[in-house]
Amino acid sequence: MIAVLIEHREAQIKDISFEMLTLAHQIANTQKQEVSCIILSDKCQPFADAVKNYCHNIICVENDLLNNFNNQIYLPILEKIITETKPTLTMIGHTGFGTDLAPYLSTKLSMPLLTDIFDVELSPDRLLIRRQMYGGKITAEIISKKLPAMVTVRTGSFEKILTSSSAIKGLNANITNVSFDIDQSILEKSKFLEYGEVPTTGIDITKSDVLVAVGRGIKEQKNLAVIEKFAEDIGGTLACTRPIIDAGWLPKDRQVGSSGKTVKPKVYIALGISGAFQHISGMKSAETIIAVNKDAEAPIFSVAHFGVVGDLLKIVPMLANRIKELKG
Amino acid sequence: MDIIVCLKMVPDTSETEVRVDSTGKNILKVRLINTTNEADNYALETALLLKEKHGGTVTLISLGAQNVDEVLKMGLAKGADRAIRLTDGLFETGDAWTRTYALYQAISKNKFDLILTGCIASDDGNSQIGPSLAALLNIPSAAYVTKVEMLDNTKAKIDRELEGGILERKEISLPAVLTIQTGINTPRYPSIIGIKRAGSKPLDVFDAAKLNIDPKIIESLTELQQMYNPKVEAKAQFISGSDDEISEKLATLIREKAGL
Repeated sequence: MIAVLIEHREAQIKDISFEMLTLAHQIANTQKQEVSCIILSDKCQPFADAVKNYCHNIICVENDLLNNFNNQIYLPILEKIITETKPTLTMIGHTGFGTDLAPYLSTKLSMPLLTDIFDVELSPDRLLIRRQMYGGKITAEIISKKLPAMVTVRTGSFEKILTSSSAIKGLNANITNVSFDIDQSILEKSKFLEYGEVPTTGIDITKSDVLVAVGRGIKEQKNLAVIEKFAEDIGGTLACTRPIIDAGWLPKDRQVGSSGKTVKPKVYIALGISGAFQHISGMKSAETIIAVNKDAEAPIFSVAHFGVVGDLLKIVPMLANRIKELKG
Repeated sequence: MDIIVCLKMVPDTSETEVRVDSTGKNILKVRLINTTNEADNYALETALLLKEKHGGTVTLISLGAQNVDEVLKMGLAKGADRAIRLTDGLFETGDAWTRTYALYQAISKNKFDLILTGCIASDDGNSQIGPSLAALLNIPSAAYVTKVEMLDNTKAKIDRELEGGILERKEISLPAVLTIQTGINTPRYPSIIGIKRAGSKPLDVFDAAKLNIDPKIIESLTELQQMYNPKVEAKAQFISGSDDEISEKLATLIREKAGL
């Protein structure tokens, strides 16, 4: 059995759940295994309905304390379910929830954990996964020395499962409701309060048709001024990658990427951005992507439509002058 | 408040290309500079700020050979009180589980209220050790923390980063493990006085035998088979020429696409 932990937040099922189901069926098919979904919620029914045609079994634990994710409440429940149902492989999203939960859970279960994986090969006695290292500059193939094992799956690595997929034809899952007495004292240790939003400065980069985004290649804060001026000249808005936010050079609402904003402008100009997975996932749907980077092998060129291998600090000022000439 | 900070020394690969060595199981380390893992640096700063506000001690712990002392001494110079280095051939050949267990053995012999570490290591990208350590110590944990505020001696209010600019706000009781996200603060540089003082602060070294670790327990659960550079399938149409020619072509392109 391959188990998939369904992820949801504020009554919405997350895409990663359907992406993991695609992967689960890929593996299950070669192994003639069944796919089970695990749902922990205060109201399981809507989520069970959403996945029942995509898996063989659903295990539901319903409890008012499960209305919001809380790693310490999830832990004893999942420990019990996994110990009793013995899935060969347990899949959890490599998300804000999954990274808070999976290492803790796998350690409690003395189970190997492979995180942030984007590919899996499973045979009866062997699990091989592929994942990135060194910020995406290296791919590693790693095996788990024993089974059962656990993986966290990178978001966006698999398509969401399709109703038309032959693997799931005619599936209508058996639903098992499991009751679990949650020890209230866990709330003393770990208590969900609320969801919050990162404070904004009033700029909404998702509304701009033209974005000029900077990354580490900008080198120094003082170089921002010329880029900002250039963005203004072409009627664009300045955006950036995470390291620029971390350095405190621009406010958080300028960040493009998985922990920032997802943008789809007409033109996206990536300056000195190597293209970490987290950044690319936030901008790959832009209509036209133009990238300037020193490293010809930077992953940004795998999503860019137009590329320049060069020093942005030399090119941008010249480009800004040309634009001024063109505008007359 | 007594805080333990787990630091990892990593090669700085943020701005350089990374190549695989002839074994296919490691990267070529020539010309790479070793440094403190970026997120760990923010964890250390979080610890130092908490110590300044609430008093107590900061203990650093790291795994590795003698060159790791550089990272520990930097932390001592910034204001940590003492450092521990765990070193053993068994740790070097292990995986995340091996390293977590070694840290657990060393940490459980100490008194602490809080354990802080980075949310991700820039080399392996595992995001694993913090919560795993909490599981062994049987204390709560929170990952990808972007804000820490002490409510009293036994409770902290924290923010955790989720996707798309959303935060999870929660209360967590101490002792706990928090893995710190980059950008939570501005890590300081050590002062000259700090650097001078660092030399006289305790730095203890332990191996597996001293920690009473049974080699069987720390056997790795996973094994690296091979590493390679992913094929970047450049779909970009490259614009070449002199810088002047490039800017001219780019200007025309931008004018057309942005509808200037």
